[in-house]
Amino acid sequence: MRRNWLILSLTVFGFAFLYGPILSLIIFSFNDNRLVTVWSGFSTRWYAELFADTQILDAAWLSFWIAVASASIALVLGTLCSVALVRFRRFRGRTALAGMASAPLVMPDVITGLSLLLLFVSMESLIGWPAGRGVGTIIIAHTTFCIAYITVVVRSRLSDLDLSLEEAAMDLGATPVRVFFDITLPIISPALVSGWLLAFTLSLDDLVIASFVSGPGSSTLPMVIYSKIRLGVSPDVNALATIIIAIVTVGVLAATLLQMRRSARKSS
Amino acid sequence: MAKKPQIAAETRPWRDPDAQPFVRISGVTKKFGDIYAVDDVSLDIYKGELFCLLGGSGSGKSTLLRMLAGFEEPTVGSIAIDGQDMAGVPPYRRPVNMMFQSYALFPHMSVAQNVAYGLKRDGLDRTAITERVDELLSLVRLEGYGKRRPDQLSGGQRQRVALARSLARRPKLLLLDEPLGALDKKLREQTQFELVKIQETLGVTFIVVTHDQEEAMSLATRIGVMNEGRIAMIGEPQDIYEFPNSRFVAGFIGSVNLVEGVVTEDEDDHVRIRSAELGCDIYVSHGVDCAPEQILWWAIRPEKITLTREPPEGDANVTKGTVEDIAYLGDMSVYRVLLESGKRLTVTRPNLHRSDPDGITWDEQVYASWGGFSGSVLTS
Repeated sequence: MRRNWLILSLTVFGFAFLYGPILSLIIFSFNDNRLVTVWSGFSTRWYAELFADTQILDAAWLSFWIAVASASIALVLGTLCSVALVRFRRFRGRTALAGMASAPLVMPDVITGLSLLLLFVSMESLIGWPAGRGVGTIIIAHTTFCIAYITVVVRSRLSDLDLSLEEAAMDLGATPVRVFFDITLPIISPALVSGWLLAFTLSLDDLVIASFVSGPGSSTLPMVIYSKIRLGVSPDVNALATIIIAIVTVGVLAATLLQMRRSARKSS
Repeated sequence: MAKKPQIAAETRPWRDPDAQPFVRISGVTKKFGDIYAVDDVSLDIYKGELFCLLGGSGSGKSTLLRMLAGFEEPTVGSIAIDGQDMAGVPPYRRPVNMMFQSYALFPHMSVAQNVAYGLKRDGLDRTAITERVDELLSLVRLEGYGKRRPDQLSGGQRQRVALARSLARRPKLLLLDEPLGALDKKLREQTQFELVKIQETLGVTFIVVTHDQEEAMSLATRIGVMNEGRIAMIGEPQDIYEFPNSRFVAGFIGSVNLVEGVVTEDEDDHVRIRSAELGCDIYVSHGVDCAPEQILWWAIRPEKITLTREPPEGDANVTKGTVEDIAYLGDMSVYRVLLESGKRLTVTRPNLHRSDPDGITWDEQVYASWGGFSGSVLTS
């Protein structure tokens, strides 16, 4: 009996710890009061205000596209990097590549941001590109650290892949390029999807690196929210956060359902 | 299950000096770093053969197979298939298909898609592909399994899908890497039989890699025994068993009694060898390429020795010992006979009667004898 109580209270505490803040955020997004912490009645006015706030909407839209672009570029480059590391066992600079590919995982964001800023500035003065900083430089910066995460995910899946599958396809008349698209890609596709989602989230989430390499007119969503918070928490940020949480929840639920259905079909 | 011997030249082209080999491996060496995986191997394989490469792990048999498939290039030497030199020809352009040890079925494709994969690469149209897939699935007795995924099949079914897939493009040469290795014993015997039947029906040349000597003996038209990257002996199963050319081959295939001896008489029609280990003279009823006083080895299979209580006639080819142990295996019994020299002979006798109260038993004094043609004289 005592054991059950212990488990129950731990469970309640754990869930409260994880979801309490999110729940309070959702509740207060429907608060009528201008002061975030004082409840004065249900209202959706902050949602209306949010959709009228072009600054936040533009930033959200920008962040979304930056995340899509950098995750996609990083997916291609990271996959190529994994293939090189896993399939070509011996080449000059393999160790260096393996080290460099995973360096951003352990590098503090401040360092990455600063070094990229210095790089962009000196490149501009040397070759005139990139001219100024903005969306382009943010995408480049995000791509660099997203490659690291994608390489980690894809590389482990790729090294689990039975080499004889690729050999069998080649034996049946497929050229190496065909083998890659017919056999390798479909089999590692779960890793590609999760790698892309991870990269997308990291890019959407990034404040520090973007702050270093962004320019005028290229404020991402985290940057806008952060600058708003500095002037006091405004309730429309709560509304925005609630919408993002809703989207993520729907996405995760859909993915889980899909996974369940697939495993149910497999076992039938 | 080897082919029934018919007219020698027709079924045994390797005995015909004018026959053109279908696969010619000449002087092939493969080095990985400093290690010789395959060391100067030359081998001719003829059309319609079921050739077994037999050897332990690390003997180079798989590397040789991979060089035929094109996954490895020989360091030295050349491989020609159907008269065409294979140097620099990538796997996807060779008239060869391979069945992998792990079967390597594509997990994201159905059985039918797996079998059709090679046909699609050949650019066949849809109806031709469907027809051919159905034909192949019925060949391996898997009709109606086309829509299944590989992970919904049993081991034996997967093996048959792999076979069907490798046969789909009508290869001139099929390479099989331990084709029965992953099956249990009963299924293996059954599948062995089927494999030979399919091979005979289609007339495709098979090269099978195996470490299982029983499998090699029952499948093959000829066997190539490999050891440390070299071919130790090539021959028909019977030659390999009855006339091994070296101590390695004699010991690798089946069980054998091996003794050392000194040549005392070397004539054109017979040889006499004195063996201290056996405690008697060995009289070999045919000429042997050796010299007097030469030290050599003599090997005899356990079933070729006769055990008797009374001494047989003659002064050679008979020795005395005590029955130390008897292992009853059902169809036969294995006797361990301890000789005076301390050497133990292994002798097998078929159990012809359901029980034999007068049979030779433990601790009995027996005479072990054999005929003049029963053993093999080995000089290497």
